Amino acid sequence: MNNIVVIPLILPIMLGIALVFLRPYVKTQRVISLLTMVAIAVVSVIMLGRIQETGIMRLDFGGWKPPFGILFVADSFAVLLVLTTSIVTAICLLYAFSSIGEKRENMFFYPFVLLLVAGVNGSFLTGDIFNLFVCFEVMLLASYVLITLGGEKAQLRESLKYVLINVLASWFFLVALAYLYGTLGTLNMAHLAERVAEAGQDPILTTIALLFLVVFALKAGLLLFFWLPGSYSVPPTAVAALFGALLTKVGIYALFRMFTLIFIHQPEVTHMLIKGMAAVTIIAGCLGALAYKDIRQIVAYNVVIAVGFVLIGLSVSTEAAFEGAIYYLMHDMIAKAMLFLLAGTMIYLTGETRFDKMSGLIRNYPVFGWMFFVVMVSLAGIPPLSGFVGKVLIGQGLIETGSYVLLALAFISSVVVLYSLLRIFLNAIFGETIISIEDETPLPKRMLTPIVLFAICTIALGFGAEGLSSYVSDAANTLANPSIYIDAVLGGK
Amino acid sequence: MKINDVILRTVTKIVVFIILTLSVYLFFSGHYSPGGGFIGGLVLASAIVLMYLTSDIETVHKGMPFDFKLVAALGVLIATGTGFASVIFGKDFMTQAAMKLNLPIFGETELASVVLFEAGVAMTVIGVVVTIILSISEDE
Repeated sequence: MNNIVVIPLILPIMLGIALVFLRPYVKTQRVISLLTMVAIAVVSVIMLGRIQETGIMRLDFGGWKPPFGILFVADSFAVLLVLTTSIVTAICLLYAFSSIGEKRENMFFYPFVLLLVAGVNGSFLTGDIFNLFVCFEVMLLASYVLITLGGEKAQLRESLKYVLINVLASWFFLVALAYLYGTLGTLNMAHLAERVAEAGQDPILTTIALLFLVVFALKAGLLLFFWLPGSYSVPPTAVAALFGALLTKVGIYALFRMFTLIFIHQPEVTHMLIKGMAAVTIIAGCLGALAYKDIRQIVAYNVVIAVGFVLIGLSVSTEAAFEGAIYYLMHDMIAKAMLFLLAGTMIYLTGETRFDKMSGLIRNYPVFGWMFFVVMVSLAGIPPLSGFVGKVLIGQGLIETGSYVLLALAFISSVVVLYSLLRIFLNAIFGETIISIEDETPLPKRMLTPIVLFAICTIALGFGAEGLSSYVSDAANTLANPSIYIDAVLGGK
Repeated sequence: MKINDVILRTVTKIVVFIILTLSVYLFFSGHYSPGGGFIGGLVLASAIVLMYLTSDIETVHKGMPFDFKLVAALGVLIATGTGFASVIFGKDFMTQAAMKLNLPIFGETELASVVLFEAGVAMTVIGVVVTIILSISEDE
């Protein structure tokens, strides 16, 4: 009996729907949605503890034993991501309270945020690949609403592209699922892994694997990220931060599951391809981050760089690289959300979107300026902040496998990230102020607090890496040895 | 200009009744044979849409004064709630219960908690379909 596993999915759905009935009571909606996130965070901490004691947890829906029923599987990797998701969402909600505006709050903003979280958590926890598709759709439908909510012209223009590309990707997903079910006759991920191993991943299965690679690459923004900068720069800041922090991570998670559990027998095809795609993604992301003067674009391209960086960890597939990738995923969720909030707040304060039209913000808003410094240092991977551990461990994995070119590329990308943000920092934050004291837009404490909370998170993750290491190494161990996962799902009980 | 739609109105009065009966039949034939909440709900929603087409929105709204967005939300709550009820009874999530009863007229009847779940699904489908149709028609 592990009903706790379904809580991160069912709690946001039921409470999110309950909020629909509380439409006129905006304050109640705020409190409930925030409490939901806190509750999920608590639940996932409890789950992490239990996984350490008793191994991977699973919940068979309706008591149907795998591989016949649908099930949720909670291993450390998934639960760590659920935990980070709920923390990030809680802080983004805090920012939304003061910035999102009455108009959106009245149009079911909070229910859809909760449904988005439900989809994200469901994707992390599910052990059935068709259920993964369903959870993806729940997440995407909520994101379609959040990206269009407000109905501004730019939003509608970009959301059209976003919806089209995702509908196409979902269709590919469905086709790939049909192929998979047609060849292997099962949809349970552990069972799939077993059958692929028995069949020996022949060319047909590898082709299906490549189809899945295309699907999840579209969702994660791996190489196929052309839709990403546009659609992440139009929604309101709190929503953009949620998107930047969560949505691509779900695609990355799915890639990890597919290529550490199921399709692991032809690494010279699949993993080599991921390696190449990740390398190109990093290079293109760097070019994008350097090319623009619009801070929203720079921030969006920083998301792309991080996607490439994490997937390098997947492509080398050593345990150290997995650990690094997990640390980096958690770090990136926190730091990217913070970066999006900072960028959005800069635009809110100055009314400009280009960094060369701002100057000297640190003189008007000292704490805010230093927060930007913290996120910049954290993303560049300077110890003791949270980006460091992940980068070092991925680097270690790259050295173990002798991929020195990728190593150089990965660390040059860190420098580019630093440079792209330093340009903003020097131009917009430092320098002579062009806003006089009388003209400055006041920065409400309620907008600054979430940013400070994120800064505390990134510092805590940097210093607390040691405390998390038992969970992260357990997660990496499961990724490196898929038999643990398969046994937990199919072995008896 | 008012179009002459006597035939449409007359036929609708009969057809809506048939559609509604079919939808109830489909709904109850669910869980062991083809049918169920989704299809039943879809057919029932089509009956409502047909009524919207023949009479105007206000007339139908007098007969069915629901906010269909809330109908959909209530449906999701019922459907997830039946899944969650099994958690409260200490069973795996989504476990369903069934029992056989001897009712006076129907004879041996099976009572299954999955019917409640299906009812939730049906309400969701009705709510969503009607909401979509109404928001498209408001667009002019």
